[in-house]
Amino acid sequence: MVQRVINAFTTAWKGLSLTIRHLFVGNTKRVVAPVSATNYFKQLEHGTNTIQYPKQQLPVPEVGRYQLDVEMDDCIVCDLCAKVCPVNCIDIESIKATEAIGQTSDGTTKRLYAAKFDIDMAKCMYCGLCTIVCPTECITMTNQYDKTVFQLSDLVYQFSDMTPEDAAEKRALFDKQQAEKQAAKLAAMKQKEGGA
Amino acid sequence: MNYYITYFIAAIGLFSFSAFFALFGVYAERKISAFIQDRLGPTETGKYGTLQTLADILKMLQKELIIPAAADKWLFMLAPAVIFIAVYLGFAALPWAPGLIPSKTNIGLYYIFAIISIETLGILMAGWGSNNKYSILGAMRSAAQIISYEIPAGFAIISVVMIAQTLDLQAISAQQGILATEKIKFAGFWDVSQIGGLFSWNVFRAPHLLVAFVIYFIASLAESNRAPFDIPEAESELVAGFHTEFTGIRFALVFLAEYSMMFLVSMIAVILFLGAWNTPLPNIGGVKLAAWTTGVAWGILWVVLKTLALVAVQMWIRWTLPRLRVDQLMNLCWKVLTPLAFACMLISGVWRLWLM
Repeated sequence: MVQRVINAFTTAWKGLSLTIRHLFVGNTKRVVAPVSATNYFKQLEHGTNTIQYPKQQLPVPEVGRYQLDVEMDDCIVCDLCAKVCPVNCIDIESIKATEAIGQTSDGTTKRLYAAKFDIDMAKCMYCGLCTIVCPTECITMTNQYDKTVFQLSDLVYQFSDMTPEDAAEKRALFDKQQAEKQAAKLAAMKQKEGGA
Repeated sequence: MNYYITYFIAAIGLFSFSAFFALFGVYAERKISAFIQDRLGPTETGKYGTLQTLADILKMLQKELIIPAAADKWLFMLAPAVIFIAVYLGFAALPWAPGLIPSKTNIGLYYIFAIISIETLGILMAGWGSNNKYSILGAMRSAAQIISYEIPAGFAIISVVMIAQTLDLQAISAQQGILATEKIKFAGFWDVSQIGGLFSWNVFRAPHLLVAFVIYFIASLAESNRAPFDIPEAESELVAGFHTEFTGIRFALVFLAEYSMMFLVSMIAVILFLGAWNTPLPNIGGVKLAAWTTGVAWGILWVVLKTLALVAVQMWIRWTLPRLRVDQLMNLCWKVLTPLAFACMLISGVWRLWLM
């Protein structure tokens, strides 16, 4: 009984001395170091551990899977990323161009306009498959991890730089070209039939 | 007529003191808990988050007062007031300095213990009135705990009263320093009536009172529902116990009562055991440290310093020791503290007869 009381006091004192030691080291702020730093886990043993987030930020690796980004000038609108996406968060609508409309930075010819290139980051599961299949490496993941929005719909990133009027015009141009081709074809067939 | 004005000033002063202390206490608690856990605590509102509790109070004042549809309306509404007023009235008989006491009554100690027991009633009212099983469980646990721990606390106090031979808190205070009219002996053999200071405090006048002090301190933690005796709230088991259903200013009153209670029980401990408003510095020959540091202003300073130190210990304990099970607490109370307190009381009687 006496032993137990003594035991209770000594163990309580052990705990109390442990906590009071921490009470007085709280004036040392945490050094902002990346997790790869050699003393990263050592420094967590003394001083405060919390960082004041918007003012202090922990460095993140340059190559990280945080946010999808599309370099629209390099996109050939092949739709591969949308097809490979396991959660269907990429939504692409393409318009065929009447002729080659330019080249990407790695020399691939662009033949399609992207009327719509939406990525719903609320659905994205950061698997990175789209970045692997992309033939021109235009879709990448950035190290920007802090993205907060007030509306869920703001998480749908729209990368297409075409206005609806532009898209309509290109569509009309393509339809017109198709119609001309069709007419030319019909005329050629008629001529063939007539000649026969 | 002037009589009544003084009463009102004293009452308002005590209320503003307890409100101010609650603000300070909540802030200190947050910071201490944060530093113990290697966190920062509040930092944004004011320098080092100093205005945080003020902002919290302003937020609480704006909140809607909700009464659950099935609640016992009157009990529910009155409970926070009963809880707070019981603690607040206890402040009336606390001596702050030589000659400075809101209500000089010769049964001050008895009165305080009678009046703060009413807090249990308020907690039971809150638990029953809420018509919520968690609240009633919390209230029952609180009542069981407070009633049990009042016994060792009471006997620890009786051992002091037997040494002091009075229930008048101002008289008990005066006995523990150079202002004493009777002969003060350190540990029963060394006359320190002219030396004063640390040596004439009750815990050193009769060393068994050191044990009584520890018993009283543990019991006072239970009385103010502080961890490791926070089973009435037990956020992991009962969410928040008896004050689950309270909102806004009613919840604030319950909180105010808890922090006032912390101060009150610590101040009683200081008055009974740690020399009340007497200085810890002794007279050494011609260097009259005790005589120099005794007075009304010094008295307030010493009593507040000692009390705040005890409050800090309460917070320190809260963030170190885990909550015990209710049966373990009852075990501690009835099988350890109560017999020990009885023994202290017995030794006090013998001490008074043979050594004083």
